[in-house]
Amino acid sequence: MEGMTFIVKNITRVIISIIFIFGIYITFYGHLTPGGGFAGGIMLACGLILLTLAYGKNMAFKKLSDFWASILDNLGALTFWLIAIIGYTGGYLFVNFIEKSNPFGLLSSGTILINNIAIGIKVFASVFAVFLALTIFGRFVSGFISTEEDN
Amino acid sequence: MLFLFYSLIIFCIIGSIIAIEARNILASVISTGVVGMGLSILFLFLGAPDIAITQVVVEIIVLIILIRSTVSIDNTAITKHRDTFAIISSLIFFGLFLVFAFMAFQGLPKFGEPLMTVSSEYLEQSVSETGASNTVMAILLDYRAYDTLGEATVIFTAILGAFVVLRSKGKKGKKEPDTVKFGIPNIDELSTRKSEEKKQKIQ
Repeated sequence: MEGMTFIVKNITRVIISIIFIFGIYITFYGHLTPGGGFAGGIMLACGLILLTLAYGKNMAFKKLSDFWASILDNLGALTFWLIAIIGYTGGYLFVNFIEKSNPFGLLSSGTILINNIAIGIKVFASVFAVFLALTIFGRFVSGFISTEEDN
Repeated sequence: MLFLFYSLIIFCIIGSIIAIEARNILASVISTGVVGMGLSILFLFLGAPDIAITQVVVEIIVLIILIRSTVSIDNTAITKHRDTFAIISSLIFFGLFLVFAFMAFQGLPKFGEPLMTVSSEYLEQSVSETGASNTVMAILLDYRAYDTLGEATVIFTAILGAFVVLRSKGKKGKKEPDTVKFGIPNIDELSTRKSEEKKQKIQ
């Protein structure tokens, strides 16, 4: 059986949703409570790494392969740049162009929420990709990089 | 409370010395993690929950990646003996650094008494100007968003480099030559084609 023992797999199955919900909460409420996109993204990556360690490498490539990880990484970076450039409509880089209302609400701070989500996606994908590159690439090569039959 | 703070600092220093001196690589990795955890509690004492959360999470992920990627490599024992000249010179430079740092840090404000020149303005106006009640995030993503953009670019470039360097096998197959991959016509084929054309013209 691939992966770790029965105990680890069951505890992972129970705990993984809590980890993901906490990571998403930290990302979305970064402008109201301590946290932010960076910490939330790394928490999400921690959840996927836990899945990978518990269930084996095939689970990782089924959930998020290195191809989609790099695409998500690029999408996060591009969204961040896009928000920066749209700010030129207000005069200069990074103008908060969305209207701000009711403090202490979720949609109170304009572009900060979108920036947080973009950074969260970017950090999540890139940290998971680094984990894949450091631990799995040497032993297992997916279809995006190369196939075993090629060489 | 201050006693606990200083004992945590001493704990961190002892942990980092153990991390350098330990022969077993797993022990040194774990003591590095212990130092990070102590550092995050120190940040909580200083009233910086944002940095404390980031420190805890990054420490955990670095610990996982280090254990997963370095411990499986079987180089636990250090065989090379100590270089006395390197130790003496580094001690001299560290002493010089301490002396000059002591001279330079005299001009800083006292511990726990910040100047509050720019930061008081941020604290007063950040909620009305940006709408974010977390002032740290308001500074990071609104007032100083350009710095965050640079930070994101640094992470992006680092991951790109890691992906390129750590790829164990290239995209190109071994038997496939470069000329086929990039659509460059082979020189031998070209020359034979030209000679054939010449022969046809002569005929």
